[in-house]
Amino acid sequence: MADEIFAIELKGITKTFGSVVANDNIHLTVKHGEILALLGENGSGKTTLMNMLSGIYHPDGGSITVRGNEVFINSPKDAFALGIGMIHQHFKLVDVLSASENIVMGTRAQKRQGKAALSAEITEISRKFGLQIDPGKKIYNMSVSEKQTVEILKVLYRGADILILDEPTAVLTPQETEKLFSILRRMKAEGCAVIIITHKLNEVLAISDRVTILRKGKSVGTVATVETDAKKLTELMVGRPVELLIDRPDTSKAPSLLEVVHLTVKNEEGYDALRDVAFDLAGGEILGVAGVAGSGQKELCEAIAGLAKIEKGAILFNKESIAGKTPAEIIKSGISMSFIPEDRLGMGLVASMDITHNMLLKSYKTGKPFILDRKPARALAEHLVKRLAINTPDIGTPVRQLSGGNVQKVLLGREIESNPSLLITAYPVRGLDINSSYTIYDLLNEQKRKGVGILFIGEDLDVLLELCDRIMVLCHGEVTGIVEAKKATKEQIGLMMAGERQRGEVGNSA
Amino acid sequence: MPEHTITTKNAAREQAVRIVKRKELNTWKAVLLRAAAFVLALAAGGIFILMMGSNPLEAYAIIVKGAFVGSVRNPLSSIQATVIIAVPLLIVSLGLAFAFKMKFWNIGAEGQMIAGAIFASYFALRHSGMPHVLLLLTMFAAGAAGGGLWGLIPALFKVRFGTNETLFTLMLNYIALYFIKYLESGPWQGTKGFASIAQFDLNARLPNIGGVHAGWIVALMLVVLTYLYLNHSKHGYEISVVGESQATARYAGMNVRRIILRTMFISGAVCGIAGMIQVSGIDYTLSMGITGGVGFKGITVAWLAQLNPFVIAGITGIFSILEKGSGVLQSELGINAAMTGVLEGIILFFFLGCEFFIRYSFVFRKRRAKSS
Repeated sequence: MADEIFAIELKGITKTFGSVVANDNIHLTVKHGEILALLGENGSGKTTLMNMLSGIYHPDGGSITVRGNEVFINSPKDAFALGIGMIHQHFKLVDVLSASENIVMGTRAQKRQGKAALSAEITEISRKFGLQIDPGKKIYNMSVSEKQTVEILKVLYRGADILILDEPTAVLTPQETEKLFSILRRMKAEGCAVIIITHKLNEVLAISDRVTILRKGKSVGTVATVETDAKKLTELMVGRPVELLIDRPDTSKAPSLLEVVHLTVKNEEGYDALRDVAFDLAGGEILGVAGVAGSGQKELCEAIAGLAKIEKGAILFNKESIAGKTPAEIIKSGISMSFIPEDRLGMGLVASMDITHNMLLKSYKTGKPFILDRKPARALAEHLVKRLAINTPDIGTPVRQLSGGNVQKVLLGREIESNPSLLITAYPVRGLDINSSYTIYDLLNEQKRKGVGILFIGEDLDVLLELCDRIMVLCHGEVTGIVEAKKATKEQIGLMMAGERQRGEVGNSA
Repeated sequence: MPEHTITTKNAAREQAVRIVKRKELNTWKAVLLRAAAFVLALAAGGIFILMMGSNPLEAYAIIVKGAFVGSVRNPLSSIQATVIIAVPLLIVSLGLAFAFKMKFWNIGAEGQMIAGAIFASYFALRHSGMPHVLLLLTMFAAGAAGGGLWGLIPALFKVRFGTNETLFTLMLNYIALYFIKYLESGPWQGTKGFASIAQFDLNARLPNIGGVHAGWIVALMLVVLTYLYLNHSKHGYEISVVGESQATARYAGMNVRRIILRTMFISGAVCGIAGMIQVSGIDYTLSMGITGGVGFKGITVAWLAQLNPFVIAGITGIFSILEKGSGVLQSELGINAAMTGVLEGIILFFFLGCEFFIRYSFVFRKRRAKSS
């Protein structure tokens, strides 16, 4: 493999989905023994581009060259044959099988060699790249980080030397991220070409050799990592200079609004999703919730909103128990939830309905009996579109056709317009570009100034530390600590996310 | 580093045809595409007719003529017969639209129709002495209640135990059907030795309006009522939300269980009304052939119409014309009347296929080479 030959060279790649141009004339190269970061805001076309490399999508135009040969990657099988392996954001593993079974699945290896030889081979690859895995362990017994390791082994086992990782750190604690990065460096040393997709600047700076930046489906530039910094990258990514500070207005301490004591909630499978959770939240305060995905955030939101059954404990809102009340009663009392699930439209909005009908969701019961009155909802929809600069052809467009940022504005806008006294918001900036994210932070701060108590479930620790007053950390459904955001560090929270209990707790009587 | 024996052989050529999602078509184009599907369906049906040795154009002309042009003595007789075919199909299709809008797969319209017919028949057989109007209104209410309760059973099991409504409603059809058999030879037996139920008293029969039993007025009123309920009532809005996402409905504070039960009661009740109209307007008795299969045909109609009540009326019209006309086709060209079934199948097939083209389009290798 001569140095002049790129592991992958993309020329003029174009891909459209209906009227949406996801990739527009994109150029990108990566060499063996190099880590390339693919940086761009959500919706800038990173994943689409990589899916074309792994054979899931097919480009509408442009060419793909692998090791100097132009190729057409028609299926994931072709991608494997070319030595390209992708580690997807959402793992594609069979839960009930062991690590080694998942690794060999779909290859002919099982028939060729025995279990022992297979284990030996997997251990050999693990050793080479510094991965730690027990080949016999079942997937359902694994942590997220272990599952990711299996995914990586899976592609390495298939002989991939061009690896694509799609937002690999989104589900990891800071410590786990560091471990992943050392594995990636090992791969680089072994001569692999690595492409890492991310929108986190500090990670780009920490791991990559070069950065290719996408903006709105176009490649706007490639820079060497050593010659750039976070500010310059943001400018390239957003297209203009951006102030990266989040405001944290000081508000006078109001009396406690929400008190949660010894809250235990079971998930759908009957396991404890939340165990003995206790915290309080005052009006005019933003309480952040940090934790690896699936640590009980969803159940916490649903318990407060009356959607999940409370096993033990109590939730007091304005000194009154809301356990056992119906969601309708809880909405009436002034608790408002805007939960952005992973698929963004699963709860809170009806994807096939337009903005007007989504406004109706919380208010349709008011007004004349029996007859549905669309007028106030239409007015509200028009008001929100103007006030939040929602980008939509008109208020009659189904929300599924709106971009992620606009969908979130619709959802959060509706919740805020209902004048809540408690706002539960989960991942409100997930999938948003930087500009929209800041609009959302401003909206939340505006509510905070009005004395609304806000429970903010977040994923980006930097944002949590800047925006929130206090941060509660969840790990496996338990509170590992509540910290003062001004004094806390990312490392401290990271350790708590991994299960280490905080000493000298603040504002938590559990 | 694992060495590659890279065979670019299989990755050297692009696939000849790819399927890509297209942008959402505007309503006008979508309508045009569906109209094209209908014409193509007729053309495909024509080939079928041609294979049976007849001229398709002639056959279609006979079907239309047969559905509209009556005899010399009674020029309206054909239209009336067509309307009689259309009434139960229209009502049942409307009834199904309620359940389908909620994505509750009610395959039990047959059973709900029968249950309605049984309830109505009870009053026709046992309380025929009531004043005429009162008796008919009672039978109407009983029909709705019977169908509604029969529809409520699978809904109850669904919200309580999460049972599969498709199987449940389907099985209930047979229970209802064979209950008629029991009534025929048991408590409601008309004449000793014959397994049949007595004819209704004149008092329990629907009056004729315009040469056809009054059911057609009920059907047309139901079209408007269904439209208003589904599109302009709070209940209708709830149905749409529950159909799209139960999680969202619960989040919005809706009582999902109650909505499912209520909607299935309405769905069954409308089907039950169709049953009452059949026994009181056409058969004047209760027999096992009462539904004529409209409970299943209604599923096709409701889907073809995409649950729009006015379109349901239109599709019902087309299907009824086909059915009435095919009877004439048999006597004039010797083509079996089962031809309607074939034609309906072909129309359904083309419409379903057309949905695919509304959402996706094909990209051929050559075209791409040019554009790039």
